[in-house]
Amino acid sequence: MTIKVLHPGLSTTVQDLGRPGYFHLGIPVGGAMDRLALRAANLLVGNDEGAACLEAVFIGPQLEFTAPARIAVTGAEMPIKLDGVEQPGWTALEVKAGQVLSFDYLKSGARIIIAVSGGIDVPLALGSRSTYPIGALGGFKGRAIAAGDELPVGAASSSKAGLSVRDALRRKPGHPAELRVLPGLYWHRILPESQASFFADQWKVAPEADRMGYRFRGGQALKFVEREQPFGAGSDPSNIVDSCYPYGSIQVPGGKEPIILHRDAVSGGGYFMVGTVISADMDLIGQLQPNMPTRFVEIDMDGALAARADRKALLQKIREALA
Amino acid sequence: MTTRYSFGGDEHLFVECDEAMSLDAFFKSLSMTNAIRDAGIKGVTEICPANASFQIKFDPDVIKPNDILKEVQGIESAAAKTEPVIRTRIIEIPVFYQDPWTHETLMRFRERHQDPTATDLEYAARVNGLADVDAFIKAHSGSPWFVSMVGFVAGLPFMYQMVERAKQLQVPKYLRPRTDTPKLTIGHGGCFSCIYSVRGAGGYQMFGITPMPIFDPEQSISYLRDFMVFFRPGDIVKFKPIQQDEYDHALGEVASGRFAPIIRDVTFDFRDFQKDMTGYNAKLQGALA
Repeated sequence: MTIKVLHPGLSTTVQDLGRPGYFHLGIPVGGAMDRLALRAANLLVGNDEGAACLEAVFIGPQLEFTAPARIAVTGAEMPIKLDGVEQPGWTALEVKAGQVLSFDYLKSGARIIIAVSGGIDVPLALGSRSTYPIGALGGFKGRAIAAGDELPVGAASSSKAGLSVRDALRRKPGHPAELRVLPGLYWHRILPESQASFFADQWKVAPEADRMGYRFRGGQALKFVEREQPFGAGSDPSNIVDSCYPYGSIQVPGGKEPIILHRDAVSGGGYFMVGTVISADMDLIGQLQPNMPTRFVEIDMDGALAARADRKALLQKIREALA
Repeated sequence: MTTRYSFGGDEHLFVECDEAMSLDAFFKSLSMTNAIRDAGIKGVTEICPANASFQIKFDPDVIKPNDILKEVQGIESAAAKTEPVIRTRIIEIPVFYQDPWTHETLMRFRERHQDPTATDLEYAARVNGLADVDAFIKAHSGSPWFVSMVGFVAGLPFMYQMVERAKQLQVPKYLRPRTDTPKLTIGHGGCFSCIYSVRGAGGYQMFGITPMPIFDPEQSISYLRDFMVFFRPGDIVKFKPIQQDEYDHALGEVASGRFAPIIRDVTFDFRDFQKDMTGYNAKLQGALA
């Protein structure tokens, strides 16, 4: 079967759990910004947790199904409609041949995940179906979907009907959003007063926020420890000799606006970084809209590992609830 | 040179071999990342070398952050005792300097440049105290370059020239980045040259263009059939100036699938190189003849 794209939404891409292993060549891991939402959506329709889904940001697509399918929409809160009739999110839905899936305006969060039983069956590229548009790699023809596309769907395996993930098992950012950060990397480059203000200030998501990185503004500019710039680093105090960038790392060009690198990160560059958002909180970033007030919360390694374990336990609960 | 270790969240170990760029720092980063790869540490998922630093991605569910730190620190002291020799390859990259495409682009973004009245090459020659553009091209193409990092975007090589620090070509990046750079532009920012693997934004000065594709997601180019990215950290690059007729000919060869880059396997010994850089480079380049 296929899914006909009637309207693509703002930027809707095929994503799975990504293609690890090529960051040393500048090809990022990619995959769903909100991994937990992708895993849950796949479990709801009986897919492997890492099957390819559609990820839509801010505006949902309009899709026509050529054959019956079981689908689920997770992630952001965006009213879901089948032939105009509203349907619940985080729930397995039965779609008849010829029915049209559409969405109303986004209520909260930023990205929805649409899973279809059988998964979106585009060819694997370096072991993943995720779309990396800059490299024209993976996904549907290496790009976001467009009106008129016909997306191939794989063979569905049998699964239980009527499954739903209860509200307590869904993870969403708070208000203000809190992102836990392990200070490090080039943290020593800023003055103690700036180390304090970075965590004390309230920031908000800037309009420049995408799969590559999320920019924030509204906090005080960071002040640098004076030094003679090392050879090859460039003249601005926020410059370093071009290094690797960890996923989740927070660079602050010119000391002004922090940028958190996300799944489609550039793999390196010449800006200093103050630290890294912990792995457990990366999913939350994918659900932040522009203007969302955000706080960075300092955490140590033990705290980061405990948060990681909590997130794993939550996923296990979802698995058990849907088994 | 002091090595500094830091964690990038709970999944990355970041290792800075030196704050400043140097061939010593690059070679240390390359040797350590090679040794870490050879060690086959369980839980290490990616090893990313950079210019004077590197990054290890690990799975903290398999190896504890402090354990990976200890393993890598152990490798640092072991690596210091091993022979500074690597097996690598030297590649000749044809470059059409002062080509019409980068020229059109640099004219379009002139108001973002330090010197709107000059071209990028004229500016680069002047700030490096060289007589003219020809002298700059001679310096740029006269000595080989180490691929010190592959990244930023898909398959883009950062290169550091294999000459003493006093001879390094240094040019600031554009004042404000361009929104466009032709694919396969030879760029330069700070002390690094690069080849833009795909068309897109960029802040490096533009010197010329190569007909040789270095990234091919379709994997239809003969020498990219096995893997879509051409460069690897540690590769040695020698630029060869070509003119428009040779460029056009090479493009035709690429289109018909006959283009074959000149690639030779070489052994690089950092001690011998340091003793006589000019002589050692001449020997390396001899492999291309």
